[in-house]
Amino acid sequence: MGFARRLLRSKQAVIGGGLVLALVVVALLAPVLAPEGYDAQDMSKSLLPPGPGHPFGTDMFGRSLLSRIIWGSRVSLQIGVLAMTISLTVGATLGLISGYYGGTLDRILMGFMDVLLAFPGILLALAVVATLGPGLYNVMVAVGIQGVPQFARLIRGATLSLREKEFIEAVRAAGARDLRIMRRHVVPNVVAPVLIMASLDIGSAILSAAGLSFLGLGAQPPLPDWGAMISQGRHLLRSAWWVGVFPGLAILLTVLGFNLLGDGMRDVLDPRLRL
Amino acid sequence: MYTYVIRKLILAVPVLLGVSVLVFLIVHLTPGDPARLLAGPEAFEEDIQAIRVRLGLDQPLPVQYGRFLGGVLRGDLGTSFRSGRPVAEEIAARFPYTVELATVSLVVAIAAGVLVGVFSAARQNSLWDAGTMGVALMGISVPTFWLGLLLMLLFSYYLGWLPASGRGGPLWTRAGLESILMPAIALGSPSAAVIARLTRSSLLEVLSQDYVRTARAKGLPERVVLYRHALKNALIPVVTVAGLRLGALLGGAVITEQVFAWPGVGTLVVNAINARDYPVVQGTVLLMATVFVLLNLTVDLVYALIDPRIRFD
Repeated sequence: MGFARRLLRSKQAVIGGGLVLALVVVALLAPVLAPEGYDAQDMSKSLLPPGPGHPFGTDMFGRSLLSRIIWGSRVSLQIGVLAMTISLTVGATLGLISGYYGGTLDRILMGFMDVLLAFPGILLALAVVATLGPGLYNVMVAVGIQGVPQFARLIRGATLSLREKEFIEAVRAAGARDLRIMRRHVVPNVVAPVLIMASLDIGSAILSAAGLSFLGLGAQPPLPDWGAMISQGRHLLRSAWWVGVFPGLAILLTVLGFNLLGDGMRDVLDPRLRL
Repeated sequence: MYTYVIRKLILAVPVLLGVSVLVFLIVHLTPGDPARLLAGPEAFEEDIQAIRVRLGLDQPLPVQYGRFLGGVLRGDLGTSFRSGRPVAEEIAARFPYTVELATVSLVVAIAAGVLVGVFSAARQNSLWDAGTMGVALMGISVPTFWLGLLLMLLFSYYLGWLPASGRGGPLWTRAGLESILMPAIALGSPSAAVIARLTRSSLLEVLSQDYVRTARAKGLPERVVLYRHALKNALIPVVTVAGLRLGALLGGAVITEQVFAWPGVGTLVVNAINARDYPVVQGTVLLMATVFVLLNLTVDLVYALIDPRIRFD
């Protein structure tokens, strides 16, 4: 609880947290906040610039960009959180097993992590989506896989250092089972670094997913995906700049929020921590 | 030091093998039957089977992988389903342009990042410091393709200063420089931001070290302290990060190339994905990952050269 109180003193964490909270609220209240549904087409209103009745303008199908961006917050939040959850659960499990049992198993698992890390940028996610086909959930899985190594390494490191400590020997001698040890002793020690990594990972997951969507490999129309909207806006840049610009602004603010939050948490925990 | 080098080299081999296995598996576990796709909707079963045999798709998976690996080691990355040309040829035509873009982006990123980082560190805790670090944070939060579109909007459509797309020519020509500027800035911005933040924190840490206090106590002017003593050591982690960022740049180039119609390997791979041209996807991803692994290896070796602590370990 002291952690939470210190967190509130960090300007970064507060601003970041505020942005994230705003995103969550917008996503939850989308049906109430958005002037229209995300696919409310009206060809008579096609490609109108920002103005009364449509603050962010309209796209080529006459859909209010504001509405689509608001609805799109649900898509982005889903992708970010679910992809991060995949990365966290798979990564933490592998890291825990690796660090605790050590030996050949450790070397094989970490070798596999090295292989995953050998793919530059979004190339791994790209290859996975190429295989699974385009779509919201496939992107989630692909981006989730990409984030596994960092969590694996974090948890493995924590587990290794804990294994050295003598009280583990004592607890084992007392008959405690491995899983219980892992749960009660490793987990409390990693909560803070994991929270930091999780926040930063949601941000980067949203960015990666937006990139894949921009390439047409993400959520398929008419689902309101910010990256896909930017892709539409690309062809209309000269004539209707708002179609591409506003969704990008939404992505920027969202990722900024998660990054600020993560940075703020890191400063509170340990400014020297290089995550 | 030599053991360090040898060890790094040896460790790279299983990673490269693992990459080839993973790429092979990912591409070959695709749902759908490429033989059927190639044959077309009206083909007879015998024809499909004949294609299957010709492409070696009737063999068990490990055998197919063996043939794949053998081919790769001989420089044969298969044949494109779409164009019928060897994948290696298609990639070779375009890869240099991607490398060009990534390299220029990295140079821009390092130059901008280090300058901003030093600037910020020298004015620690001032408004300048907070401001530039705020901009840096935005730099890592921005989608590069969107940034590219913004740049295009401003510099091509409103101001008319720079060409909106395509590669104007070699780097040393004016047209070439003009056409690579925006893609490089868009692609390099997150890296510049990361490098700026790292340079700042690294420099601040170095400046608090004892040997810097000694230099100051000796009466050396601040500039000499900063540049001769502090900066050299502060830049060591920046070298490693720069190497890692080159990987992010290679990966990110895929998207930036789409925005600016840059004739690199990125456009090739995206079109291949949409056309289900698996050999091209496979070959490109394999090549990029291999290049990245070798790159990291080089960075590790360079790091060993410049950080004396590693050498005498």
